[in-house]
Amino acid sequence: MSAYRNLSIAQKQIVWAWAFLAVPVLFYVSIRFYPTANAFLLAFQEWNLLGTRRWAGIDNFVKLWHDPVFWIVFKNTMLYLIIGTPISLLISFIVAYHLDKVRFMHGFIRALYFLPFLTSTVAMAWVWRWFYQPVPIGLFNNFLASLGISQIAFLNSTSNALPAILAPAVWAGLGFQIIIFMAGLRAIPQTYYEAARIDGVSWWTTLWEITLPLLKPTIVFIVVFSSIGFLRIFDQVFNMTTNNPGGPLNSTKPLVLMIYDTAFNGYNMGYAAAQTVVLFTVLLLVSLLQLRILRDR
Amino acid sequence: MRKPKQWIAAAAAGVLSVGMATAEAVEIEYWQYFFEARVTAMDTLIENFEKANPDITVKMSHFPYADYRTKVAAAIPAGEGPDVVQLFYGWLNDYVDAELIQPLPNDVFDPGMIEAEFFPMVSAMKRGDSYMALPTAVRSLALFYNERLFEEAGIESPPATLDELVETAKKLTKKDGAGNVTSVGITTGMTGQDHHWFREVLTRQFGGDPYKDGYKTVNYNDDAGKAALAFYDGLRSEHGVTVNGFMDEAQAAFKAGRAGMHIDGSFRIGALDKTRGLKWGVAELPAGPTGIKSNYSSYWVNAITSKASDEKYDAAVKFMQYVTSDEAMQIWLDTVGELPAKPSTALTEANKGHAVYGPFVRGLEYANSTVFANESAQRQVLVDMVSRVELEGQSLEEALSDAATAEQVILDEYYQ
Repeated sequence: MSAYRNLSIAQKQIVWAWAFLAVPVLFYVSIRFYPTANAFLLAFQEWNLLGTRRWAGIDNFVKLWHDPVFWIVFKNTMLYLIIGTPISLLISFIVAYHLDKVRFMHGFIRALYFLPFLTSTVAMAWVWRWFYQPVPIGLFNNFLASLGISQIAFLNSTSNALPAILAPAVWAGLGFQIIIFMAGLRAIPQTYYEAARIDGVSWWTTLWEITLPLLKPTIVFIVVFSSIGFLRIFDQVFNMTTNNPGGPLNSTKPLVLMIYDTAFNGYNMGYAAAQTVVLFTVLLLVSLLQLRILRDR
Repeated sequence: MRKPKQWIAAAAAGVLSVGMATAEAVEIEYWQYFFEARVTAMDTLIENFEKANPDITVKMSHFPYADYRTKVAAAIPAGEGPDVVQLFYGWLNDYVDAELIQPLPNDVFDPGMIEAEFFPMVSAMKRGDSYMALPTAVRSLALFYNERLFEEAGIESPPATLDELVETAKKLTKKDGAGNVTSVGITTGMTGQDHHWFREVLTRQFGGDPYKDGYKTVNYNDDAGKAALAFYDGLRSEHGVTVNGFMDEAQAAFKAGRAGMHIDGSFRIGALDKTRGLKWGVAELPAGPTGIKSNYSSYWVNAITSKASDEKYDAAVKFMQYVTSDEAMQIWLDTVGELPAKPSTALTEANKGHAVYGPFVRGLEYANSTVFANESAQRQVLVDMVSRVELEGQSLEEALSDAATAEQVILDEYYQ
């Protein structure tokens, strides 16, 4: 105790800060970092969940490199990212921008946009799955058929299935992004707009020179956040294609679903861990790249 | 590291055994995955067993199917968990390799007797000179049909051959003005039970043998396989009596009365019984062009874990004896709808003549059990085979040979 008594006040504050911090630090180390490290280790091993783990060197990664399904899955994951992120960003900005100007029933409309975000993904995916079914049960196709238009194979098609699954995922994420955008818009001081109006600046210039630059931190946040979301997409895909997970013909399978399938249907834990390491690396690279591109100069 | 732990465990065991000795009761634990009817049936079995063996109590735990294997794998090596465990027949290799289960004692479970008494497919549970596990019940496939739709179409009896199947399905198919199918003659979709129908039934009926070397080599990439695939895909492409994945799930379409016929397992009986307004019947799977009958059978088995020892082991043996007895099998049939694993119990006149169980029971006489390395991956191969033909216009020959190659890779990896 005397050691403690001899400390200065600033040092004592540090000791106390660490004492309190120790709880979350311990928590994170045991439930986050330890399993993560274990997964990295497992990526270099062979394990069927039942027996002993065997060292496999980089076999799992070599196998992954030569696995044609992995490259299809990798492409799908990237498609979810590069289609999903810009579209959801654009739509949510347009909605937020206009919603910001609406006074009539503002709260109600905002709630409507936010509602899908509150809904359970599983329930939502199953409802959309029903929407997409062919005649006689599917909502969209029944509507088309009643107009005499031929049916569209939404989910049973290698080209339509991925966008069909992405649509509800984008829709569900909109509410959250709109709220964040609106908060960002509200945070821009009105004085800039007043000054612009006095100078007689056009609507476009106001948007391009004032709104967007000042929204940059918000945009960075949403881009990084939604990118991570799309790279990790799983619930929507799995629940909309449970009969043929990630199908047809792997055309909708994202990396996370491949990991799940390898681990819990194939019981090939080492190979699944190797895929997880790849996903982690991709997530890290994409996030770092975005932060670098979008950071303040 | 292990020493002190073992010491503590030994001490704890000592204390426990003192407590046990006074109570003179053994408690063993039984694990299975959660499926309501199975749990109810097991409750009944445990009750009967405890009545006959007052000094043994059996504690059952069940887990969701998704967590089941993980829990078993974690518990047994740690010396916890079940003394008797339920597993799928296809998992046996993994359980044996991981030393999770131990052989059944030959003096009680005499291999010669088992081979004489049980259905032949159970021999897949033998390792060396002993059996590792035994089933209470087995499942097989049959053709469910909708009696109302049959009546409406003026069909008197379910099809007995594949040709009749096509003709019957044609009469049952309904289309709207634009040609969209609104009710299928027969459900198809490899995601359900159809991959079993294709493997073990259709390929054999067209004169093939789907696997060689004890299911380690794919053998359906021949003329028989081609004929089988042509028949299967023809239901959709040639005869238009089905839509793959119609109404999302074959069994849902059948339940909704939108499918005339549907091939499924005996485990579906319970769910169909609960469907209001559905009048259905069951028939044996249609015979092939040369009259060959075939069926697919699968089963869950019980085994004694490597954790059970001493008096718990003895109690576990007794429990295993009871759950593989004729009495237990009949209770299982009445509660779960799964068929007894012994011909003597299954093939009674009452069971064979039963309106619902009869076709399944008769199917058992000529059933085969695929030995899967990875059932879901092997199913996926056939799902993709049919998808490539339907969605990408691949020829039947190529689709079949691609599937055979892909499945062989799975088998080779597993048996390497």
